[in-house]
Amino acid sequence: MATGLTLKELSKKEDLFTHGHRMCAGCGAPTIVKMALMATEYPVIAANATGCLEVSSCISEYTAWKIPWIHTAFENAAATLSGVETMYRSLKKQGKIDKEVKFIAFGGDGGTYDIGFQSLSGAMERGHDMIYICYDNGAYMNTGIQRSSATPLGADTTTCPAGSCVPGKLRPRKNLTKIMAEHNIPFAAQASPSHWMDLMKKVKKAHEMPGAKFINIISPCNRGWRSKTNDAITLARTAVNTCYWPLYEIENGVTKITFTPKEKLPVVDFLKPQGRFKHLFEQGNEWLLKAMQEEVDREWAKLQAAEKCGC
Amino acid sequence: MKQKGWRDLPPGSVVLEGGSAAKFKTGSWRAFRPVWIEENCIQCLFCWIYCPDMAVKVKDGKRAEFDYDFCKGCGICALECPGKKGKKAIEMAEEGK
Ligand SMILES: Cc1ncc(C[n+]2csc(CCOP(=O)(O)OP(=O)(O)O)c2C)c(N)n1
Ligand code: SF4
Ligand code: SF4
Ligand code: SF4
Ligand SMILES: [Mg+2]
Repeated sequence: MATGLTLKELSKKEDLFTHGHRMCAGCGAPTIVKMALMATEYPVIAANATGCLEVSSCISEYTAWKIPWIHTAFENAAATLSGVETMYRSLKKQGKIDKEVKFIAFGGDGGTYDIGFQSLSGAMERGHDMIYICYDNGAYMNTGIQRSSATPLGADTTTCPAGSCVPGKLRPRKNLTKIMAEHNIPFAAQASPSHWMDLMKKVKKAHEMPGAKFINIISPCNRGWRSKTNDAITLARTAVNTCYWPLYEIENGVTKITFTPKEKLPVVDFLKPQGRFKHLFEQGNEWLLKAMQEEVDREWAKLQAAEKCGC
Repeated sequence: MKQKGWRDLPPGSVVLEGGSAAKFKTGSWRAFRPVWIEENCIQCLFCWIYCPDMAVKVKDGKRAEFDYDFCKGCGICALECPGKKGKKAIEMAEEGK
């Protein structure tokens, strides 16, 4: 399909998420929002759960959003947008609006995997015509790096601090993308800002499908990951190339891997540059590194098997 | 923007002007400044797509200067820049030097 997705063409479009926002220098989230809105060819309305993105993109009178945007509470971005989308359908039916309008909910991993989970599950099951985008930075970053169910195994956070009692988080991540696909929605996918074309294609495709869609996007956070301010895109790319964060989509129940790394890198390449995993390289914690690699290999094998069997 | 009292604000914390954040300059956050070396630039626009602060200007599909009013100096553009023949088209320089 001709996507019109060349950077040269895209650069002629208006930025719907502007500079002047207050996210940290080098944060991954603004780039994700910029790409998602750039891939949206329709008038679009967004809801945003509380979290870094919401807090820092609309401070008092300064909003970075050039689209209608609603700040919802932490737990109900999907429910709020369900209401807006339902009202839109009603107005359309009454002949009071004829425009084709699209809807996107943005939420962090805390607001999506944990506290907004039931409202998200409800919206997906009811099949509201929207895309829910989770920007997953793997912890409650806005309130000071607390663990979430998206925090990776072994990561140091303020509520599972690596020390003499525990070597960081002792539980693996929840696989939310698969859980969303199990809602029998038409489209669930994983994306990464390092692979901008893949990310935008997924957003474009999702907009063309009626019903509820879910896209989970890895969002490097140099504050919480204890990494450098310049490595958000490099780390996101390494996450993909180690298969820690595989790029795939599940369309009407059929799994497709949308990018296979030329060479699958060891997961330590992803872990090493991040201070939140520093202790994993100390003596006595080798088992955690091994467990982490095994988890990545297992999930990658499952994904490949799902693609092969067409399920 | 002048600070307003609560009586001057629209009810319900509604912000009526989209994109008003563009009035809030974040360039002063910068400790390092990206410097564009045009002769090494291959016009790939990776710096533009990956910049989290929309601080790389592009005119008619061609890369133009940095927008130092907003650039926070993260260095992503410099790291991602492929440059020409191994020579980067963006280098980071310490501010104030
Ligand atoms: C019900 C409720 N509990 C707690 C908070 C405080 N709070 C605000 S943002 C946030 C963390 C958000 O984490 P996440 O969704 O992962 O987004 P991030 O900040 O990491 O981008 C918390 C706990 C809140 N706003 N509402
Ligand atoms: S704390 Fe992390 S997620 Fe939040 S704005 Fe800073 S870099 Fe982004
Ligand atoms: S240093 Fe960071 S904020 Fe500045 S132009 Fe480069 S990517 Fe953008
Ligand atoms: S990333 Fe480097 S080579 Fe590419 S357009 Fe920007 S400055 Fe030029
Ligand atoms: Mg988070």
